[in-house]
Amino acid sequence: MASQNKPLGHAIIERSTTLLFVLTFLVIAIGGLVEVVPLFRLEETITPVKGVRPYTPLEQLGRNIYTREGCYTCHSQQVRPFRDEVERYGHYSIAAESMYDHPFLWGSKRTGPDLARVGGKYSNAWHVAHMVNPRDVVPVSIMPAYPFLLNKELAFDDVSDHLRALRDVGVPYSGPMILDAPADVRAQASGENADPLLARYPGAKVGDFDGQPERITEMDALVAYLQVLGTMVDFSDVRLDEVRE
Amino acid sequence: MSAPERDPLTGQLTTGHEWDGIKELRTPIPNWWIVTFVVTWVFAIGYLVLFPSFATTRDFAPGVLGWSSSGQLKKAINAAGDAQAAWRTQLQETPLDKIEADDQLRRFAVAGGLAAFNENCAACHGVGAGGQIGQFPALVDDDWLWGGTIADIYQTIQHGVRDANPDSRQSEMPAFADILSAEEIAATTEFVLSLAQDSQRQTRSDLPGAAIFAENCASCHGDQGQGNPELGAPKLNDAIWLYGGSKDAIAQQIAAPRMGEMPSWGQRLDDVTVRMLAVYVHTLGGGER
Repeated sequence: MASQNKPLGHAIIERSTTLLFVLTFLVIAIGGLVEVVPLFRLEETITPVKGVRPYTPLEQLGRNIYTREGCYTCHSQQVRPFRDEVERYGHYSIAAESMYDHPFLWGSKRTGPDLARVGGKYSNAWHVAHMVNPRDVVPVSIMPAYPFLLNKELAFDDVSDHLRALRDVGVPYSGPMILDAPADVRAQASGENADPLLARYPGAKVGDFDGQPERITEMDALVAYLQVLGTMVDFSDVRLDEVRE
Repeated sequence: MSAPERDPLTGQLTTGHEWDGIKELRTPIPNWWIVTFVVTWVFAIGYLVLFPSFATTRDFAPGVLGWSSSGQLKKAINAAGDAQAAWRTQLQETPLDKIEADDQLRRFAVAGGLAAFNENCAACHGVGAGGQIGQFPALVDDDWLWGGTIADIYQTIQHGVRDANPDSRQSEMPAFADILSAEEIAATTEFVLSLAQDSQRQTRSDLPGAAIFAENCASCHGDQGQGNPELGAPKLNDAIWLYGGSKDAIAQQIAAPRMGEMPSWGQRLDDVTVRMLAVYVHTLGGGER
């Protein structure tokens, strides 16, 4: 019987809840520290690359429409590092390219093609025609049509608030970027008075996107977003290790 | 703790524990399970040492094999590149207009061009390059907006049309709604429609639109409407109409012209791929010498 022998080894721990608790806590703490502490010591988990900038207000609104319409359920935004993907879509995606994405839209399913590098691949007119009726340009497409985007005025009264919310989660929008966001939407969608916009967001594509210069529609915003995807980092003749700052 | 004893009913040993007269049979974890468990540990430790596995305070432990997904990709790309190296070099070094003369080189270029075309160009120009009426030009006919020699096609693919690229092909047709009256546009439309009618060859110069056309349109489209690929001015004396050949469509095109844009592919594709595309498009049927 137990009372005949002094408890030994594991039996000591099993008979004292306090000791069991303390030792369990220690074991879990060590495991946790080993996993977490290196990440605390890292200054950045993402290696920044040249050229990646926050989205312009118009692009960000287009991104909201992309999310709203659920484009990510069929289109991924992540080129994986395999030869077939790289030859089809271009340079594989790197972490820094999504650093201002909230939420990220990498997706996990490709019913349609990957869109991580669709920017600049087709003309604005193609995107509009494709969105109005995908079958008009790709006869075998099973994508739904989105003609209403062309008729729906873009609501951007509250765009400053969107930018402010993004700043709260770490996107470096400056004061003027937030205050002048509605003006930036107008400038990018019309191409007029675009100099302040281009100073704030280098390389942004400006001009009428939807073929209706007199209106700013949701189509303008969505096409502006699609046209910037994957174009911020210039991969044309740079290797990844050279892009790192 | 009492000594383990053999249970009389099952013949198994007991654990030696006893609670209120209840004893427990000793049924240890099977050996195969323990062996598997140990093997997974050995595997995990081996993996930890060989491959990138855990974060360090500065970066991550790269593993003694030095494996990385980007390194693996580089190998795969290099292997594919090596397999095609001879062809690609030949394609790069052969002058554009000589590529098609070499049967084997042409076959390689057309095969690669077809793959690149279907991925990059077919969205607008269609699979098989039939174009999209009212939107994007067909590439299988003899009508070339910007010239149909292989050098012209290469230039168009490389730098695009009305793209932001400084070497892009540029031209802009004015909106004649601001310049001509509605009657003048209607008259010009009649004259443009007559250009393709051989039966009106003698009489069309009497049309009221003839003088308007000569004054406003002929400098780009030519006095017979034969077009000018230098300016991207389409041929008007044939039955091919990108934006529609009805009277209304032509009048609309004179009043407020639509003009296509094409991205510059030289920024996206390597030069050999652009050459393959040029050969493919040039051999589709309408290529000019």
